[in-house]
Amino acid sequence: MTLTKKSYVAQSVEKMRPSGIRKFFDLAATMEGVVSLGVGEPDFVTTWSVREAAINSLERGFTSYTANAGLLELRTEIACYMSERFGVKYSPKEEVIVTVGASQALDIAMRAIIDPGDEIIVVEPCFVSYAPLVELAGGSAVTIGTTGKTGFKLQPEQLEAAITSKTKAVLLCYPNNPTGTQLDREDLESIAEIVKKHDLLVIADEIYAELAYDQPHTSIASLDGMRERTILINGFSKGFAMTGWRLGFTCAPEDISRAMLKIHQYAMMCASTPAQYAAIEALQHGMADVESMKKDYRQRRNYMVQSFKEIGLDCHLPGGAFYVFPSIQSTGLTSEQFAEKLLLEEKVAVVPGSVFGEGGEGYIRCSYASSMNQLQEAIKRIGRFLDKQKRSAM
Amino acid sequence: MKLNEKEVEILEILQKDARFEAADIAKMIGTSETEVAETIRRLEEEKVIVHYATLVDWAKMDNFTGVTAMIDVKVTPKRGVGFDEVAERIYRFKEVSSVYLMSGVYDLSVTVEGRSMNEIARFVSEKLSTLDSVVSTTTHFQLKKYKHDGMIYASKREDNRIVVSP
Repeated sequence: MTLTKKSYVAQSVEKMRPSGIRKFFDLAATMEGVVSLGVGEPDFVTTWSVREAAINSLERGFTSYTANAGLLELRTEIACYMSERFGVKYSPKEEVIVTVGASQALDIAMRAIIDPGDEIIVVEPCFVSYAPLVELAGGSAVTIGTTGKTGFKLQPEQLEAAITSKTKAVLLCYPNNPTGTQLDREDLESIAEIVKKHDLLVIADEIYAELAYDQPHTSIASLDGMRERTILINGFSKGFAMTGWRLGFTCAPEDISRAMLKIHQYAMMCASTPAQYAAIEALQHGMADVESMKKDYRQRRNYMVQSFKEIGLDCHLPGGAFYVFPSIQSTGLTSEQFAEKLLLEEKVAVVPGSVFGEGGEGYIRCSYASSMNQLQEAIKRIGRFLDKQKRSAM
Repeated sequence: MKLNEKEVEILEILQKDARFEAADIAKMIGTSETEVAETIRRLEEEKVIVHYATLVDWAKMDNFTGVTAMIDVKVTPKRGVGFDEVAERIYRFKEVSSVYLMSGVYDLSVTVEGRSMNEIARFVSEKLSTLDSVVSTTTHFQLKKYKHDGMIYASKREDNRIVVSP
């Protein structure tokens, strides 16, 4: 008698695809001398004063849990920061929750609002976790693909067309990973109109808000009538170069915050205590360092866009984040083929646009969170690679 | 001299790494190569860009015996020329690598580089202390260089990030 082994894994998880980035990571990790443009985190180490604040908190023995929503001192700093920086006002006591990275913030946001069958509109290309998180929460992700022709900006007509009677919320991420696209106030206003007309909620992943280079970031929650229908998600990972600390936060109206806090309290208890003390220091005294990192990123962005144009890849000028998203369509390769060939032949790691969903095919994501020396070397190698492609096509 | 935003940005880039080429700087700040080259030439002429040099960690060299001392010097300023005259008499010595006028308990901070402790001792006792305006000197020898001009000498910075991440 043959027995097939019973699987204990939930079917919903079984059928989820692992992150597409994983495959390249595994391949790249085995190689020597790789120049990586594949990294989605700052190359800067967290500012010393911020690290020192965490050390100090440990020395003083602050090693217990904090309130579920996080240290009130930190929530107060966050509320103050959000108000000064983006003109949105939240009550530190009722409307701010400190989370384990923006990722956990996204998770509690989804779980707090999704009833079975609810549709969440996800605008692609986007961060790889959005659709899986929607589905894990029992919702279904309805994707909209944006294109290079519109600079990867969500078009109001596209949004209008994707809305059904089951639509609960729209998930937006600007400045965007992987395209670096930023929406200006007018873009956001036309989206907000539709959201209000259909009485929807917006989950705004604004983790790259601090990294906007040409004009300051506009938070959708700051628009007329949007605060009551927006869950803002932000954190310290990108702007403050604190990825490994895992510290993010949500700002949302009181009823939604209360719902999210229930999940957070059962699933997480609270965010890491030393990280919270570090974050207080970051908000109180770290802004000058953020500005100086931003200046470097801006120079690198300009360098990358211009260099890609020079070596023959079409590339729009992204307003924020630390990614450029050049088109590789002229090579005739798919983005996955391009990335794999480039890695094997020239040892440069980039992420194929296709892993970020609809609209990403034909593009590659190149992070410029690396030193100028590394970027120069990468450009040199990619240029050589493109020449070789051209010659072999002749 | 009034510097515009682009000029300041060029200076900041070169201060971090003088080997950046004009073509790359042009891309970084969104202007043309000729404009960058021209700006740099002008800033050199105006002595806003004083000099280009290389930071060398001589301690890495076997049998390196060179020493650096920082000397606090109290002086009597002179009518009409203040501290400038004595400062000049001091900075003209080629073994002196820097001279600053300081606030606080002493007046001039003088850095001296020599091949040995003896050489510096001789400089202080024979050249520096004997100057008319010099009232007193306190010599501090550097034992180890950890950080200089914003660069950390000891550590090799490694990139610990995973190669590809979302």
